Amino acid sequence: MATDLFQSPDYYQLDELLSEEHLLVREATRDWVKKEVTPIIEDYAQRAEFPKHIVNGLAEVGAFGPYIPQEYGGAGLDQISYGLMMQEIERGDSGVRSTCSVQSSLVMYPIYKYGNEEQRKKYLPKLASGEFLGCFGLTEPDHGSNPGGMITNFKDKGDHYLLNGAKMWISNAPFADIAVVWAKDETGRIHGLIVERGMEGFTTPETHNKWSLRASATGELVFDNVKVPKENLLPNKSGLGAPLGCLDSARFGIAWGAIGAAMDCYDTALRYAKERIQFEKPIASFQLQQKKLAEMITEITKAQLLTWRLGVLRNEDKATSAQISMAKRNNVDMALKIAREARQMLGGMGISGEYSIMRHMMNLESVVTYEGTHDIHLLITGMDVTGIPAFK
Amino acid sequence: MKILVCISHVPDTTSKINFADNNTAFDTAGVQFVINPYDEFGLTRALWIKEKQGGTVTVANVGTNVTDPTLRKALAIGADDAIRIDAEPTDAFFVAKQIAALVEENGYDLVICGQESIDYNGGQVPGLVAALLNWPFASPCTGLELDGTNATITREIDGGKEISKATLPIVIGGKKGLVEEKDLRIPNMRGIMTARTKPLLVRPAVDAEKRTTAVEYSKPEPKAAVKLIDKDNVEELVKLLHEEAKVI
Repeated sequence: MATDLFQSPDYYQLDELLSEEHLLVREATRDWVKKEVTPIIEDYAQRAEFPKHIVNGLAEVGAFGPYIPQEYGGAGLDQISYGLMMQEIERGDSGVRSTCSVQSSLVMYPIYKYGNEEQRKKYLPKLASGEFLGCFGLTEPDHGSNPGGMITNFKDKGDHYLLNGAKMWISNAPFADIAVVWAKDETGRIHGLIVERGMEGFTTPETHNKWSLRASATGELVFDNVKVPKENLLPNKSGLGAPLGCLDSARFGIAWGAIGAAMDCYDTALRYAKERIQFEKPIASFQLQQKKLAEMITEITKAQLLTWRLGVLRNEDKATSAQISMAKRNNVDMALKIAREARQMLGGMGISGEYSIMRHMMNLESVVTYEGTHDIHLLITGMDVTGIPAFK
Repeated sequence: MKILVCISHVPDTTSKINFADNNTAFDTAGVQFVINPYDEFGLTRALWIKEKQGGTVTVANVGTNVTDPTLRKALAIGADDAIRIDAEPTDAFFVAKQIAALVEENGYDLVICGQESIDYNGGQVPGLVAALLNWPFASPCTGLELDGTNATITREIDGGKEISKATLPIVIGGKKGLVEEKDLRIPNMRGIMTARTKPLLVRPAVDAEKRTTAVEYSKPEPKAAVKLIDKDNVEELVKLLHEEAKVI
């Protein structure tokens, strides 16, 4: 790959809405991505290999649980800082951002929010330092958009729980040291359990041949009569609302992350269009190319405003799940469309690994599907404004 | 060991440079500012010294409050405290007087500056500070080793290196070589949070006259388009080199 020349657009002077600390968080994360992610990511994506060595770097820069309090190993930053970090990391690669989203929002967040003090002290510092990599098991082979229908279950055996079932499409699964697994008890109520690698009957087969998130490891979680110690149950929240609370946090990060991918595609296409000469002038001078670039920067700017406002609401603990759904859906769709348009602007070069665009484009096909599909998020907005659920 | 690292607040190297006020001032609109790269090598070296043999690292800047984010970043990277001397850095002598006054008051063992700042490239401040303090001075330094109060300094000279020794306190002007680019530290999130509570003291400037005034700035001539001459037309090439380029 060529030198990473990325400069983020700020068409509406939105930096003025950010604090000095937010700007430092963004700059530090961007510098880290330019140093550690950009130079290696294309190669790992081409080989469909997770760059395990960057886990330590992600931990060192503070990308695991940035909003978790410092006493548990986090940085204690606010939600906008978390969003900006996800933006910059996804600017590098959606797969790397996925690793951070899972670790922060789907593993550390539930342990911090729904766990007891012993669980927090046992797991959070190790997850923050990268000593432990975590994963999150909600989706099942037959239950994707309808997680409440899950069949993974556990039975109370007196001194332990006996867990059975299977989870699918689990980021980080092949390398995870622990999994936060959602399963039904004997009454059908959903609870979170912390399952550790090495527990008998617990396996994590890898999912191969993906055309998307190729630099991120995906797998299954299989539970065959796994004995889970009773102290591994997350005691402070149960029901479907518990995993959905985690998804709110992760989707918030994705809404920001998608802007990063879109910015990278726009920045690449803009630079290319000004340098690429056809018919004796830069292709940026042609109206059809300008239309693409003008629409891209318009959509990026709108998405930035949406997420900034959502970040303010989330800092005030006022953001609703439906508001987060709207931002996730809008921004990922925006990024995917920009990636496709930018790919066209680069012509044949757009399909090569010399540029990041096609990798972003393929990654975003996962991002538009995971953490609530594009269509389901639309129905969440529909339900929110009408009061009538359309998916039941 | 009390180390003072002087930090200049300079435009990012990718900034587009323009001038304002009839070409008498640098136009800061839309410009991103960073820690002067030469100073960043010195800051990292200072942190290594602290980590190896203990002590404190203070960063200082002469500037208005627009430079606070740059000092805050230095704190996030690992400096213990920051001091901003609240004044426009009007010229090298003015800045050097401020730094020298600070050193006299706080008693540092080692003052590390960059060999120059990448904005105005004056390169005068570190030498002036040393002269005002009557301390040993070396610049541009590519190496600094300390053994107690004995300093061994490496300087790049034409065709080789110069190794010199001095006893602390000293002032150096540093550059790449004090540490390498791969050694530069990116602040992490915990560092950024910790920087919130580290002291950033603002103190008034001492009286000092400004001795130089920039009268006008101008940009280099834009590069002209390349003229391609047929390889068989040597006469035309010679003519253009003589009449247009005026190099022969």
